[in-house]
Amino acid sequence: MMKFMIRSVAMLLLLFSWQAQARLVIEITEGTEGALPIAVVPFGWLGGADSRTDVADIVAADLGRSGSFAPLEKSQMPGEPHSGNEIDFAAWRAAGVEHIVVGRAQRRQGEGQDELVVEFQLFDVVRGVQMTGYAIPTNSSRIRRVAHQISDIVYEKLTGQRGAFNTHVAYVTVERSGKESIYRLAIADADGHDEQVILTSKQPLMSPAWSPDGERLAYVSFEKGRSFIYMQNVSNGERELLAEFKGLNSAPSFSPDGRRLAMTLSRDGNPEIYLLELRSRVLTRLTHSRGIDTEAAFSPDGKALLFTSDRGGKPQIYRLALDNGRPAGKPQRITYEGGYNARASFSPDGKRLVFVHGNGKGFSIAVQELQTGTLRVLSDTRFDESPSFAPNGSMIIYATERNRRGVLEAVSVDGSAHQRLGLSRGDVREPAWSPYILK
Amino acid sequence: MKLKLFGVCVMSVGMALLQGCTGGEMVRDGEVPVEDRSIGAEQPADDSYDGARVSGAELGSEFAGRPVDELLNDPNTPLSKRTFYFEFNSAELSAADRDALATHARFMNEVREVSVVLEGHADERGSREYNLALGERRAKVIERVLTLQGVAREQIQVISFGEERPQALDHDEESWRLNRRVQLLYSGY
Repeated sequence: MMKFMIRSVAMLLLLFSWQAQARLVIEITEGTEGALPIAVVPFGWLGGADSRTDVADIVAADLGRSGSFAPLEKSQMPGEPHSGNEIDFAAWRAAGVEHIVVGRAQRRQGEGQDELVVEFQLFDVVRGVQMTGYAIPTNSSRIRRVAHQISDIVYEKLTGQRGAFNTHVAYVTVERSGKESIYRLAIADADGHDEQVILTSKQPLMSPAWSPDGERLAYVSFEKGRSFIYMQNVSNGERELLAEFKGLNSAPSFSPDGRRLAMTLSRDGNPEIYLLELRSRVLTRLTHSRGIDTEAAFSPDGKALLFTSDRGGKPQIYRLALDNGRPAGKPQRITYEGGYNARASFSPDGKRLVFVHGNGKGFSIAVQELQTGTLRVLSDTRFDESPSFAPNGSMIIYATERNRRGVLEAVSVDGSAHQRLGLSRGDVREPAWSPYILK
Repeated sequence: MKLKLFGVCVMSVGMALLQGCTGGEMVRDGEVPVEDRSIGAEQPADDSYDGARVSGAELGSEFAGRPVDELLNDPNTPLSKRTFYFEFNSAELSAADRDALATHARFMNEVREVSVVLEGHADERGSREYNLALGERRAKVIERVLTLQGVAREQIQVISFGEERPQALDHDEESWRLNRRVQLLYSGY
C-alpha cells in the first residue's frame, strides 16, 4: 500500500507540474441529516517550522462535502491529540463523535527541506481501536493531494465505498470584457482548488469529456470558426484535431475502453450519432432520424449508448444497444416525464442515469433509476445543466446560475447535500468529473 | 469591386429588389413614397399617412443603380433585415420572415459574387449540445428557403453557435427572445 501511495503521488506530480492557482471557493449550501459524526483533529507538525496547509481542514471539508459525514467543529473538540496514545476516548465519546482522525507531519530524515512524511490514524471512538493508519511520504507542495488521499482512505473504511476526493473536475470558464470573450478550459481538484488552465481561446469552447484513463480530454472548440472536436493530452498539452467535417462536430464521449469516441456530426444532413475508432479513424454512423440526435454517453460496460433525440417532437433520452460498436436493435425511449430531457449519462454502476430535466418551469438535474423508471429531481434552480457523476457515483456536479453568474454546484446522489464551487470572476460551466486517475 | 458591381441592382434584379434599391417596401407603379426614410425601421409602414396620400410620377430618367456595399449597408431596404427570430425550441419562420428571405434570395441570385454565412443561435435554456444542434436546424431552415428560390449552395455557409454567442446577456424572456436567432452575414462584395 505504501508503494502504491508513492507511485500515485509521483504520477500526480507529473500531471500537475505547472504553476497552479487556486481560484475556486467551496461553500456548503445545505447540511445533511443522518451523517456520521467524526472528528478530524488538526494535525501536529513535528518539524519545528510553520505547518502551513492544515491537512485536517482539507480532510474535514472533503468528508463534510460528501454528505455522509458531519465533522465536528474545532471549537467543540475536547483536546488536540496527534497520535493514538494521546486520545482520551471517553472525552471524544462525550463530544458525540463515533470516529476520530489524528495525524502529524514531519521532515523526512536526511531528505531536503520540503520532504515530508504525513502520518494519520483512524480510530473507532466507541471501541477505542484503530481502524487504519498510514505514513505517507510527500513534500510540502503536494500536501493537498495527500489530504485528499487520506479522505479517500477514511471514506472507504467507513462507508465501504471508494472515495472520489482525489479526483479532478474539468470545466469551461468565460470572461467577458466589452465585445470580447475569453474562453478557458480548466482542470481543478474535485474540491475546486488548484485550477490549471489547459486551453485559452477567444472563440467558444464546449463539452469537455475525459478519457477513461484520465489522461486525455476531448472537447469542442470554435477556434477555426466553427465547432470542431479536439483531443488533448492533459499532462503534456499535445492535441489533435479529430473531427472537422462539414456541419456540426460536437458532443464527444469516450467509450469505456478508450478506443472509440462517440460524437455528433451533421455531415450527412442533420445531427446524428457516430462512432470514431480512434486508432483506425474508421467512422460508423449509429443513428438515423430526421430529428436531432446528440449528446451520446456510453454505459459503463460499453454495451449501450444514451443520447438525446427530438425524433418524437421534443428532446428525450433514448438508449441504443451496441454490439461491438455497431447498433443492436432500434433506440428505445427511456424518459417520459417532462417535456424536455437531455444530456444524460450513466452512473458508474450503470444502474441510473442523470440528465437535464425540463418541466415547463425550468431546467433541473434529475436522476432516474433504470430498473424502475423512478425519477428524482435533485436541484431546485431554473438553469441547471451538464450533470456529471463522480467516479464513485456518490455525487453529481452540474452547472447552474446564481446571481446572474454561471457557477458549479454538486449534490449528493440522494439529494441531501449541496455544495457550490464559485469562481472569483466570469462564468463557469460544463463540469466533467474525472475518472479515477490512479491505476 | 465597387465599380464592377455598380448598377447591378437596376440592370437585372427583379421588381422587389428594385423597390429595395429605391428604399420603399411597397412601391406601386407610378408611386414613389416621399415619406422620410431615415428612421431606419426594418419594416416600413404602409403607404397611407394620416389621411394624406402623396403620389409622384416616375420619370425614369434618374440612375437607380447602387453599389452593392452601399445597398447592403442601407438600413431602409428589405435586405437590411438580417436577423430572424424564433420561438423556444422552434425553427419555424413567420410569413414576414419568408417575405424578407425572398428578397435576399433574389438579391443573391443576381449578385452571385456575394456569399452569406447563416449563423444559428439558441437561448441559454436546456442543454448546450442540443442547443448547438437547434441553432443549426434554424440556420438550415433559412438555407432551404434560399436554395429553393435558386440561391446556389456554394453561396451559403451554415454555422451554429448554439447558446455560446448570446446577443443579450440577461437571463430573462427578452434576452432569450433576442438570442433565438439566425443572423445573415454577407461577404464577397
